[in-house]
Amino acid sequence: MSILVDKNTRVITQGITGATGLFHAKGARDYGTRMVGGVTPGKGGTQIEGFPVFNTVEDAVKETGANASVIYVPPIGSADAIMEAADAGIELVICITEGVPVLDMVKVIKYMEGRNCRLVGPNCPGVITPEECKIGIMPGYIHKKGPVGVVSRSGTLTYEAVWQLTTRNIGQTTCVGIGGDPVNGTSHLDILRMFEDDPATEAVIMIGEIGGDAEEQAAEFVRDHMTKPVAAFIAGATAPAGKRMGHAGAIISGGKGDAASKKAFLRECGVSVADSPAAMADALLDIWQP
Amino acid sequence: MNIHEYQAKAILRNFGVPVPEGHVVYNSNSARDWAKRLGSGPWAVKAQIHAGGRGKGGGVKIAKTADEVKQFARDMFGMTLVTHQTGPEGKIVKRVLIESGCNIADEFYLSFLVDRATDKVTLMASAEGGMDIEEVAAKTPEKIFFEAVDPTVGLSAFQARKVAFKLGFAIAQVKQAVPLLMNLYKVFVETDCSLLEINPLVLTGEGDLLCLDAKLNFDDNALFRHLRIRDLRDYDEEDANEIEASQYDLSYIALDGNIGCMVNGAGLAMATMDIIKHYGGDPANFLDVGGGATIERVTEAFKLILSDDKVKGILVNIFGGIMKCDVIATGVIEGAKQLGVKVPLVVRLEGTNVELGKKMLAESGLNIVSADGMADAAEKIVKAVNG
Repeated sequence: MSILVDKNTRVITQGITGATGLFHAKGARDYGTRMVGGVTPGKGGTQIEGFPVFNTVEDAVKETGANASVIYVPPIGSADAIMEAADAGIELVICITEGVPVLDMVKVIKYMEGRNCRLVGPNCPGVITPEECKIGIMPGYIHKKGPVGVVSRSGTLTYEAVWQLTTRNIGQTTCVGIGGDPVNGTSHLDILRMFEDDPATEAVIMIGEIGGDAEEQAAEFVRDHMTKPVAAFIAGATAPAGKRMGHAGAIISGGKGDAASKKAFLRECGVSVADSPAAMADALLDIWQP
Repeated sequence: MNIHEYQAKAILRNFGVPVPEGHVVYNSNSARDWAKRLGSGPWAVKAQIHAGGRGKGGGVKIAKTADEVKQFARDMFGMTLVTHQTGPEGKIVKRVLIESGCNIADEFYLSFLVDRATDKVTLMASAEGGMDIEEVAAKTPEKIFFEAVDPTVGLSAFQARKVAFKLGFAIAQVKQAVPLLMNLYKVFVETDCSLLEINPLVLTGEGDLLCLDAKLNFDDNALFRHLRIRDLRDYDEEDANEIEASQYDLSYIALDGNIGCMVNGAGLAMATMDIIKHYGGDPANFLDVGGGATIERVTEAFKLILSDDKVKGILVNIFGGIMKCDVIATGVIEGAKQLGVKVPLVVRLEGTNVELGKKMLAESGLNIVSADGMADAAEKIVKAVNG
């Protein structure tokens, strides 16, 4: 078992004829993912590297039976691409693109309300269920099948956590990069719920960052509802205040957002918090043995 | 991206939002000329820098005569204005805004921002205007009102009315506040703001509402569709290294420490700073080379760190995904060739093409300490720098 994706997931690539889209479509196929085609408007009916190309997501779904989509289109068209996928009945949309305007995402989130479609991202590395399905830009070889779920806002820091697990011979059920943007489709909390419900997941590593209060919400869920052990790391303890976040943004989340207060709250909620990013796997092993 | 107050007010004026009459000047003679053109005074003389808290630092003065306007402006030009937002080094004043003064009967606070908890643009308002809003939030949170906006219909008149009545306005002011708030929302969405703040909004002795100060921040990711706003960028307000970094699409923030960092990914970059601190060191910068960096970009990034005089050691920490380790290695070797590496250099590589990257560095002849894992890397560089 796993969450979000498995060996039966049928994936199309939006923006497949671009260099990045094609590179990672091939990489995913080599990993064993069922990459069933791609979409580039105007190139419908052609083939690229063995992938059938369609003009619209609707056509691609009809012809290939795809139920997941990964988006590599440039930021200017990302919001539109997400909505097109949702409209075509795709159940899981993973948007890798970095640099999508925030107000575009505000509209997208509203558009997705009430639709049977989950968005992961944007600005994320993707989702991988080791040895079954890799959707996104993460290096496949660092992963290994096993009992730990990993969720993170950051791409490379996810790899770091996964590598710490794999080198200790501990595998993963599913690793999810939810993306670093302020407005995105899936939160830490959403993923924790899924890991809690997934029988194969025995423990979870959650990686957060400064800003907002998504990590605190997730921690409350751990305290109130989770039966599985959770370890965490919060990046940005040394980040200067006010460089990224406007001050008004910090207020609306109730003064929360800095690393120290996040870590303290997570600990209060029973999460094992690593003080060093090199100790993420160890923080989990402090409270759980495979 | 930030812009100056006078630029923000010009945008607000274009959207029909009431702001004081005023003009920006670049020398004290034209300060007096513009004061006369604006009327009989009094006037506000306001230093234009990208930071709040200017009044306390002597950057905002009220002048009663045109000569006084000139005098105040002369005092401000070239002064280093230090506020709680500039840092101790302060900012040099090069532009001054001359404005018609007004009788202030009352002050209010307004802002729009994207609330990441609700994924909606949210109007925030308080009758405690002119104050530090963080202080209000900490001491009397019940005095701040929120109104989340449905993106499909925008800010509705009823929402604006609700807020106006909560602020305690009489009906005459409510009638002014509704279009004012709706127009501010239009500014926010049509120019892709990340923050729009009016502090204070004033009620004049004549019973009119006026935006006495205005702060607009824009979403950098949306500037591609706002070229006129992009042109308002004032390079004098930014760190020279940060400007250079942005030309190569590098995310760089200068810090006070002495260990330069080059990392891929914002999260790993932050975590690398954290772990340096964890082992007793002090990072000199945050630098995310990004996922799809070319050899040229990596080279420029490495040169940026090498050219920073306060850097006494460098840590390169790469976990390749999109980023290939051999690209990083080539950039490091190229940058080192061009500028020379006179400080200890610790490199930790993992991920895509890691073996090739390690081999290239080993054969480069550079004096590189290689590290296994983040902890090893941080320990080694801190030890090399601190002894």
